[in-house]
Amino acid sequence: MISTIVTAAVFMIALGAVLAIILAIANKKLFVYEDPRIEEVDDMLPQAQCGACGTPGCRPFAEAVVEGVKNPSACTVNSPEGNAEIAAYLGVGMGDHEKVVARLACAGGTHVAYTRAKYEGIKSCQAASVVSGGGKGCSWGCLGLADCADVCDFDAIYMDEHGLPIVIEDKCTACNDCVVVCPKDLFSLMPVSQKLYVACKSLDEGDTAQQECEVACTACEKCVVDAPKGLIEIKNNLAVIDYEKYQDFDIDRTPIERCPTGAIVWLDSKLGSTHASKGKEGMKPHRGAALPIG
Amino acid sequence: MNLLKLFGKKSFPHGIHPDEYKAETNAKITRRLPFAPEIIVPLAQSIGLPAKAIVFRGQHVARGEVIAEADGFMSVPIHAPVTGTIKEIDIASTAKGGKQPAIIITTSLSSGQRVHDSGECNDFLQMSREELVKAVQNTGLVGLGGAAFPTHVKMAIPDNRSIHTVLVNGCECEPFLTTDHRVMLEKIDNLILGIRIAMRTVDAPKAVIGIEDNKLNVLTAIKPYLPDDGTITIEAVETKYPQGAEKMLAYSLLGIEIPSGGLPSEVGLAVFNVATLAELGALLPAKQGLIERIITITGDGVKKPGNYLAPIGTPVRFLLEFAEFIGDEAELILGGPMMGMPTRSLDVPITKGTGALLVLDKRATKRDDILPCIKCTQCLQACPINLNPSELGLLAAKRQYDVMEEQYHLNDCFECGCCSYVCPSNIPLVQYFRIAKTLNRERHLQDG
Repeated sequence: MISTIVTAAVFMIALGAVLAIILAIANKKLFVYEDPRIEEVDDMLPQAQCGACGTPGCRPFAEAVVEGVKNPSACTVNSPEGNAEIAAYLGVGMGDHEKVVARLACAGGTHVAYTRAKYEGIKSCQAASVVSGGGKGCSWGCLGLADCADVCDFDAIYMDEHGLPIVIEDKCTACNDCVVVCPKDLFSLMPVSQKLYVACKSLDEGDTAQQECEVACTACEKCVVDAPKGLIEIKNNLAVIDYEKYQDFDIDRTPIERCPTGAIVWLDSKLGSTHASKGKEGMKPHRGAALPIG
Repeated sequence: MNLLKLFGKKSFPHGIHPDEYKAETNAKITRRLPFAPEIIVPLAQSIGLPAKAIVFRGQHVARGEVIAEADGFMSVPIHAPVTGTIKEIDIASTAKGGKQPAIIITTSLSSGQRVHDSGECNDFLQMSREELVKAVQNTGLVGLGGAAFPTHVKMAIPDNRSIHTVLVNGCECEPFLTTDHRVMLEKIDNLILGIRIAMRTVDAPKAVIGIEDNKLNVLTAIKPYLPDDGTITIEAVETKYPQGAEKMLAYSLLGIEIPSGGLPSEVGLAVFNVATLAELGALLPAKQGLIERIITITGDGVKKPGNYLAPIGTPVRFLLEFAEFIGDEAELILGGPMMGMPTRSLDVPITKGTGALLVLDKRATKRDDILPCIKCTQCLQACPINLNPSELGLLAAKRQYDVMEEQYHLNDCFECGCCSYVCPSNIPLVQYFRIAKTLNRERHLQDG
């Protein structure tokens, strides 16, 4: 009886010792050196795992910063002070990183754009767009069922009284989630310094576009004429700004002034949100209530 | 073993028995509609690549002339549905929602609207299988049952497979729809000829026409036309939804199960809709193209329900005005009530795949609130392919579309809608699955 217990105990101790030796050898042979600073930098990051910096998450970003591939300021969720702390810890520069925010290429709220059919299914833009493209008259316009506001991890998007999403610039981290979720592909990420913007995606011809939405681009080409040569082009009945040339010119509000519908706008930051101002001749809707369906 | 088979009734397990509502129109002879003043022909009318327009603005076209040619093997040409002038080639609203490129034709009022006759004809008995597939493609024919899959692609059977039976689908299990029923009564000659051409093209020794047992007058009407050698037979199966799905019909009629994710040709079958083959029998020997189709306009929202022969591209509004619809109080569905889609505009054209316009009185349709799933398993008992709609629905609510596809066989779902129909909590399950499938497709496209 006793001998059985002793045998078992000795066997277990021996087995433990053998495995311990194997582990010790493996630890020496397979040791991977990791820069201890990665752990430290990772701790200083906000752990939002949003991917806005271009890496899959916070730890890969920490690795990239320690390696010097990315600048600390590429993290758009962290406060500037937080990023400065990381820069100071690593003894590197902050790097210049311009603030990028999500912008919506539609201004057709329920007070200016017609809804032709009432959609009564699941309250989601992605669901509505599968059912005959949603009820909106304009095939390209915002459906206003707030998929973008739902998907935003930073509460940076809210829906206004006309059913259009408003991006709070201070909170937007340019994580790209709203860009992906929008079934009409209306969001794009843009540096805040780019203030000239076409808030319309309708490819309908002028009259047809305006029948569906009062603030649609009618491709009248006035902005093309008023802007520096080559900056704005009409493509498929829509004014398109070539942002690659944007920095080459000193651009002011001139191109938007004569726009008859106010589809091309000038963006300013006001109270933390994007405020779009229209030109002098642009139609400024005073209607508060939604247009009737039909 | 299915209990029903013991009693001699051929059927499949699960499924549902919705009210039929076919009596309104199934005895009405198909009527030809007048030509709409303007015809909108979308270039993308089938699954596969859109056709390429070969006409220009202002050009005069004759009815039946090719106006857009096929862009590769996965595409079919489009023929002019009317004699008229090309108004423009531009984007136009489609039933799917977005605007798609389309050819808009102004109908010539002074024309006699005779079908353009090339003077040639196809002798299908003298043609090889490859030539036949090419000739089928030239007719512009797609599956008229609703899926609009190019017929010639189905008929091009890979060399390593052989087909033992052509299954002719005349079930028409969707409530309200009666176009296939009318075709089987009115175009029997064309249908039998079409079946012969299909058998020759896929090299099959026999063909079976499958109908639901609510259309037994078809049985007596077709029997005298069947050949004596027994190569073409007709059989009735139980009236049950979705009997007209090819997987269900193959199982009910022949006891053959088409594997998950597989094609009927893998088990030696080729399945075609009756209307498709009837058109094939009419078009291929005469070397013509598909320019019109039968469409059921029905529901309590129209005063003159019936089966109408309409040119492809006729605007929905024109059709509805002809059938005297009740106006704004109506709710419109393109297709049947189970698998059809509502549309937001009346100015969209009908396409090759549109089999019905269902107009329901809005005052009579009610929508109940969506309640939580109570795990009653009614959807599991209804699903004809044994999926778990309840679990899939919960995953869809959490937007876990990848899990639905990888672990719960979402892609086997053919969106028959049985789960939504039986759900006591009014959960729009099949709508969830449609969204999930659409988003998964988009994701796969992005991933390459």
